[in-house]
Amino acid sequence: MSIGVKVVERPIEQTSYVRATLTGMAHTLKHLFTPEQVTTQYPEQKESISKRWRGTHRMLTTEDGKAKCVGCGLCPTVCPANCIKLVPGEDEKGNRYPLVFEIDEFRCIFCGYCQEVCPEEAIHVGRHYENSEYSREGFVYDLERLMAQTHPVCEMWDPADPKGE
Amino acid sequence: MTMPIALFQAAAPGSQPHVIPWLIFTLVKLIAVFTVYMVGVALLTLAERKISAWIQDRHGPNRVKIFGLGPGGLGQPFADGVKNFVKEETYPAAANLPLFVLAPALAFIPALVTWAVIPFAAPWDSPWGRIEMVLAPLPVGFLFILAISSLGVYGIVLAGWSSNNKYALLGGLRSSAQMISYEIAMGMSTIPVLLLAGNVTLSKIVDQQAFGTWNVLNLTVAFFIFMVAAFAETNRLPFDLPEAESELIAGYHSEYSAMKFSLFFIAEYANMVTASALMATLFFGGWDIPFWLWDNVAPHTGLKTLATLAFFAAKVLFFVFVYMWIRWTLPRFRYDQLMSLGWKFLLPLALGYIVAIATTIVTLDALGFARGSVPFHLGLILLNVAAVVILFVLLDRGRVISPAYSRLDAREVEKLREMSTPRRATAFLPESGD
Repeated sequence: MSIGVKVVERPIEQTSYVRATLTGMAHTLKHLFTPEQVTTQYPEQKESISKRWRGTHRMLTTEDGKAKCVGCGLCPTVCPANCIKLVPGEDEKGNRYPLVFEIDEFRCIFCGYCQEVCPEEAIHVGRHYENSEYSREGFVYDLERLMAQTHPVCEMWDPADPKGE
Repeated sequence: MTMPIALFQAAAPGSQPHVIPWLIFTLVKLIAVFTVYMVGVALLTLAERKISAWIQDRHGPNRVKIFGLGPGGLGQPFADGVKNFVKEETYPAAANLPLFVLAPALAFIPALVTWAVIPFAAPWDSPWGRIEMVLAPLPVGFLFILAISSLGVYGIVLAGWSSNNKYALLGGLRSSAQMISYEIAMGMSTIPVLLLAGNVTLSKIVDQQAFGTWNVLNLTVAFFIFMVAAFAETNRLPFDLPEAESELIAGYHSEYSAMKFSLFFIAEYANMVTASALMATLFFGGWDIPFWLWDNVAPHTGLKTLATLAFFAAKVLFFVFVYMWIRWTLPRFRYDQLMSLGWKFLLPLALGYIVAIATTIVTLDALGFARGSVPFHLGLILLNVAAVVILFVLLDRGRVISPAYSRLDAREVEKLREMSTPRRATAFLPESGD
């Protein structure tokens, strides 16, 4: 021992190796027979996620299968990450629709402003997290892809009902 | 043509079998024991992972099934085996190749060879004569085990040295120091067993326990020393300093890959099984069924052989479980603690215990109690209770395994403090006079 080390006088219960060993073994044996297993068996069993979870986007469609989007341009304007590319178009009846609607999910910060700002309740952030791809390009979701998504969408926070009850 | 038929002819029960049946039975035993042993070792890796998982509130391997059947995880050892066979073998550029290749085999073989002399069931009086349920019924069985088990250290030391890696070398050095230190205590701890049995043949040691009491009741202290030393010999926690992951990466097998690494792994588990079998044989009556003489007396039927085999397997598996249980309970010793436990505690204890047991046996003999009689065992058990109380209650004052400081007497600590005070005082004095 080095000189000057503080020596603490401890009671036997704290210095006995045999007792500590036996206590430890009793403890591990208890866990061996009554394990408190908390591991989620992931692919089969999934953790429930919050109703306000903001994941990858989804474009809702009208009953005749067209995107609800009217190409107003609010979402690319409000998007803080500048990840939405929108080119609006207009058909012969004067209905506006998006010619190009692309979201780069890699640039997206999942703030959910696009959903909040959308007057038509067209674009939504989704309650979804299994979205791996083999290429970076795969993460640029075009309109077709956004419309084809089926996962549930985020319920935005309601100031009148802050706890979501 | 009459000669071979004569050799196959039935022999009287209890007599030695002829050469050819003996040869056939030995081959069958050899193949059976080897297969069961290797498959068992493979399954033990799964058991280890499962037990560690349950102790830590996890699930453990639960995915791999055998052809989609059975509980998940059962196929894990086979998946691991396939993985180890197809993995790339790496050879360090600076390694000593012949020794590097030889070392895993040297670690693996002694573990297997030891098993040859352990009796695993009651003998069977077959129509062709008595078949001993041991691969090689050596008269010097126990000495053979001591000799072979010391060879295991060569594999580890050579692996550490030939890898040409500083961590591997440190692991190999630690391992050699540890195994040599604990081998002495291990050998000494078994001398009381030999004193009681009066023989070094393992089957005789089993018989002595079967007709008397199990050695664990007579010689608990010896069992305790043997168990601790066996843990150290097999490099299992809390004595896994040779492979201490956190300090030495993986110690002696840092540089090994694929099947060579796997051989070290198998050797560790094989050693565990062998040490468990030794504990069962020397202290827990081997294949003996407790409180029952049915299995020890003639006629030695096949049923008795099977029943005793099951009991032996249960005992061995229990000790293997204790190995795993302790591994996932205790933290690793520090190196000085390891050495002081081996040399300053276990060795003197074992020597003292030999003297105590020898004295008791001589005294009991002189008092006229026959070996194996009830008063003889009562005397031993009384001594045993006293020894256990002294060891675990009176001596256990933070001295058995201790942090470094408490090995010093309190007065010495005071003296050292006084010695250090003036120096400390001057060292921290502000420089005056300038």
